[in-house]
Amino acid sequence: MTERKKLTTCLALLLGLHALVAFAGFFAPYDPAAQDRMAPYLPPMRVHVIDGRGRWHLRPFAYQLEAHSGSPDGYHEKVPEAVPVKFFVKGAGYRAFGFISARTHLLGTDRTALHLLGTDAFGRDLFSRILFGGQISLLAGLLGTGITLFLGLSLGAAAGYYGGWRDEALMRVAELFLALPWLYLLFGLRAFLPLSVRPAQAFLLVVCVIGALGWARPARLVRGIVLSAKERDFVRAARGFGASNAYLLWRHVLPETSSVLLTQAAILVPQFVLAEMTLSFLGLGVPEPVPSWGNLLSSLQQYSVLVSYWWMYLPAVAMVPFFLGYLRLASLLQSDAANPKIEAAGGA
Amino acid sequence: MGYLLRRIGHAVFLLLGVSVLAFLFTTLAPGNYFDEMRLNPQIAPETLKALRAQYGFDQPLRQRYVHWANSLLHGDWGFSFAYNSAVAPLLWPRARNTLVLTLSATFFAWLIALPLGVWSAEGRGRLRDRALSWTAAALLVVPELALALGLLALAARTGWLPTGGMNSTNWDGWPYQRKVFDMALHMVLPVTVLVASALPLLLGHVRAAVREVLDAPFLRVAEGHGVGRARLLYRHALPAAANPLITLFGFSLGALLSGSLLVEIVMSWPGLGPFLLEAILARDLYVVIGGVLLSTLFLVAGNLVADLLLYWADPRIRVGARSS
Repeated sequence: MTERKKLTTCLALLLGLHALVAFAGFFAPYDPAAQDRMAPYLPPMRVHVIDGRGRWHLRPFAYQLEAHSGSPDGYHEKVPEAVPVKFFVKGAGYRAFGFISARTHLLGTDRTALHLLGTDAFGRDLFSRILFGGQISLLAGLLGTGITLFLGLSLGAAAGYYGGWRDEALMRVAELFLALPWLYLLFGLRAFLPLSVRPAQAFLLVVCVIGALGWARPARLVRGIVLSAKERDFVRAARGFGASNAYLLWRHVLPETSSVLLTQAAILVPQFVLAEMTLSFLGLGVPEPVPSWGNLLSSLQQYSVLVSYWWMYLPAVAMVPFFLGYLRLASLLQSDAANPKIEAAGGA
Repeated sequence: MGYLLRRIGHAVFLLLGVSVLAFLFTTLAPGNYFDEMRLNPQIAPETLKALRAQYGFDQPLRQRYVHWANSLLHGDWGFSFAYNSAVAPLLWPRARNTLVLTLSATFFAWLIALPLGVWSAEGRGRLRDRALSWTAAALLVVPELALALGLLALAARTGWLPTGGMNSTNWDGWPYQRKVFDMALHMVLPVTVLVASALPLLLGHVRAAVREVLDAPFLRVAEGHGVGRARLLYRHALPAAANPLITLFGFSLGALLSGSLLVEIVMSWPGLGPFLLEAILARDLYVVIGGVLLSTLFLVAGNLVADLLLYWADPRIRVGARSS
């Protein structure tokens, strides 16, 4: 495969994964906050196509789960009670992208609820919660990356382009930020912000905290590029023709930084998703009942949950394909940037 | 000597900067330890006011900073409201536990990364090289939170290893050897997680550095003179590749410090992690600042050690420092 093709495949894969999360309302069978107090810690239901007597069915089905008598949390499949899986069913209402109201879900059943990945302590469908939780975690990662890159770009460009004491001061502060152990810094900053806030505020808070801390590395990279770009012949020529600083920066210097910024974005997004997860896992981030990959895992801090209900661990697995995609993207972009042909084409 | 003085001066500047930065954030903080008490009807507003005055919360920021810096220099590191004591005696034992964890993880991570990286660089493009880089990628993808929880669940289910804390509950009366063994057993899980999280980065750098050196003419010459394979790799190639790796050592320490914060909380290791989290939830301001400052201190110390090693290992720096 050529490099370009690899890049396209990787991007398509990532896009697909993000679509799965972005359209969580459609792909998830239930509302993430809908509780069923009669079905706590239901194990994942298996979807069958062959029934107990060895007959094949065109329509997949699951068996209703029944509690063992005398056990608080043991379940077994109630064999004759088949629950056929239906597609494109009408269910709980949701808002796609926050404004398009819809009721159609990809999967659903008529009578008994279908819990593909089991339920949590309140009988909430874990599969739906993982999908909706991805919205929070990924959005936090993406917005945080946006803030960080914006800060890094403007500070780095200012330092590199104007030089002098601004450069000196900014780079000193950047060194400070690079020197600190990252998680300690995150904790420290979070410590000074209010603790008990509503989920939406908490989300914004987390995004800002995460976004405010990572600017030093991109700023240094951008500064380096700007330093070399502002001495390029075409930039000097443009300045000779009387172009203003703002025009020069915007039109000639900053476009040179685009490939570095893209690579940085691919590296930062998974890092920031992880930061959101860490904060929420510890109860410093997005609170219940809004799901995020981090606070879905926080129930594992209870020993009984950790030992007894293995499916509660699944939110930790959910992010692996995303991370894989982003890492692959970063390494592809890096080798792309190292490719001299593209460098020559950009500089010509 | 000038080189070292410059590095130390840089470290002091860094610590000063962090302390000022941490203190500046406190002005942004809406609310403090005593705000929680305001909700308590049993505490009179006058008492609260007196408390605030006693701890200097009614003074301007600059004065508070000077006061705190003074207590820092006297070895108190400020005052913990929740524990009603100076911060330093609370920090030291926990910092020691964190250091035990972090340093052993650093040691084992490098112990594994160096031979594996050399081995992989030597067999460039061959099966073992590719297998190792795939393993590293897999480790990189699984975040340490997931790894820690997974290993914890495994240990809890099988009962092979203790699942938390630093020592068994009936530890007190045991003889010395048994105590050491018990603590080592408790360290297996957290150290494994930390090593696994640090390994991919170290492995990649060791491999890249050694690979670059392996192409150098002096190694071809040594090979032609009949120097054995092991001696060639470890006596000639590795020292030549050491320069970037020593710099990486400082960075790896920072990464491991950050990582250990989370692992400590998950595995309930009595280090800085759980302590800091508790302080954040209680809004115990000076404890948080102390923890952040202490972590910076560790990192700066680690980087100083790396600089010393570099000074010792790289004659170019020694000579350059002397001539300037």
